[in-house]
Amino acid sequence: MIEFRMPSLGADMEEGKLLEWKIKPGDAVKRGDVVAVVDTSKAAVEVEIWQDGVVQELITQPGETVPVGTVMAQLRGAEEKPVEGKPAVSPALRKPASPAARKRARELDVDIERVTGTGPHGAVTTEDVEKFARKAERKEEKKEEKKEEKKEAAPSPDKALEMRKAIAAAMGRSKREIPHYYVSQTIPMQRASQWLAEENARRPLPERLLMGALQLKAVALALADFPDFNGFWQDGAFRHADGVHIGVAISLRQGGLVAPAIHDVHELSLTELMKSLSDLVKRARAGSLRSSEMSDPTITVTNLGDQGVDEVFGIIYPPQVALVGFGRVAQRPWAENGMLGAIPTVVASLAADHRASDGHRGALFLAAIARLLQEPEKL
Amino acid sequence: MTKDELRAAVLAELKRIAPEVEEGELKPDRLLREQVDLDSMDWLNFLVALHERLQVEIPESDYARLGTLDQTVDYLAKKLG
Repeated sequence: MIEFRMPSLGADMEEGKLLEWKIKPGDAVKRGDVVAVVDTSKAAVEVEIWQDGVVQELITQPGETVPVGTVMAQLRGAEEKPVEGKPAVSPALRKPASPAARKRARELDVDIERVTGTGPHGAVTTEDVEKFARKAERKEEKKEEKKEEKKEAAPSPDKALEMRKAIAAAMGRSKREIPHYYVSQTIPMQRASQWLAEENARRPLPERLLMGALQLKAVALALADFPDFNGFWQDGAFRHADGVHIGVAISLRQGGLVAPAIHDVHELSLTELMKSLSDLVKRARAGSLRSSEMSDPTITVTNLGDQGVDEVFGIIYPPQVALVGFGRVAQRPWAENGMLGAIPTVVASLAADHRASDGHRGALFLAAIARLLQEPEKL
Repeated sequence: MTKDELRAAVLAELKRIAPEVEEGELKPDRLLREQVDLDSMDWLNFLVALHERLQVEIPESDYARLGTLDQTVDYLAKKLG
């Protein structure tokens, strides 16, 4: 038996509210399928399942709020046999009903077993079936109305307050528990800017790249040689993560932020990465993210260059151990070979957990990112 | 397409990205990205939306010519005219 539990969608989540099941008993699900929508303080998150199976029972009802870890549904594994001895409807237990009522039920697509009978010995009559069908229709209409209302509702002040609280909890924990150290480096961006301009001149608008995508890819590639920044501090030790899932800090227009992950960034081409980034920003702002994006970033990158800041001093999102920040790419004085010139540069900064790594490693990690950005065509 | 129609199209796409924008509060001669707090991703999405709605190609080297609402409308009018 597979137990589907309320997932932890980030270090700051203690409970979640089930908004909707995307499955029903009897459905076959595959690893990666979205099975439920859960409301956290940050967004309505589409929750995926990580095993193949067949849905046996839904335990939690939509609207219920349950703590992280609560069993919400039970599934049969792909190889398991259905539970024997309790067939859904045994012929002997069939509801008494007149043949006319059965016919009417089929016409109206009504499950006759669910209809309360008012005929002799509780038999279902044609009238019972019709009454049931009318009721079901009204319920359906009400549901639709409710859905419409929900769509139009603006984020309530409660929601904003909840998000503030969630951010406060995670950041408070980070500053209490994580001994941060900071290093930064000014990176010449002449080559990257020039390459990007040439590349974008060739690309139609919808396929154009942003500097942010190049920076993300450079961080992902650098992590191959610096796995000590990619993973989690858990139970008093560093656990290195297998994939490179970069959490991207995305500010929301109504205030607050989320940092969902783009998976396996090191394996994506710049075009693919740009598409993922664009899609992620859109969905984050629309408030529809997936559970895997919320729960498993292995490092975070934040880019505040658009707002004009020179340098970011980041706070690590626990249990991660590092955050890379980028400021604005701008023309700045730059000395090389005894000559002073003006070229585009960016300040990259690293906030890292001193329990997991030291400043020396941090400096080398930033230098690797800087080096990778000098060969944009290889990203 | 008249300039008024173009302006309406530009505002409609802007509102899809920044729903809080109030038409009356927008100063037509101030930089859009400053007024509306569009980051580079929002800006790109805004231009992609204009591109798809109006079938107009906007090279990156022209971005600077689309600073304000007025400039954006003028630019598009020239491109389409």
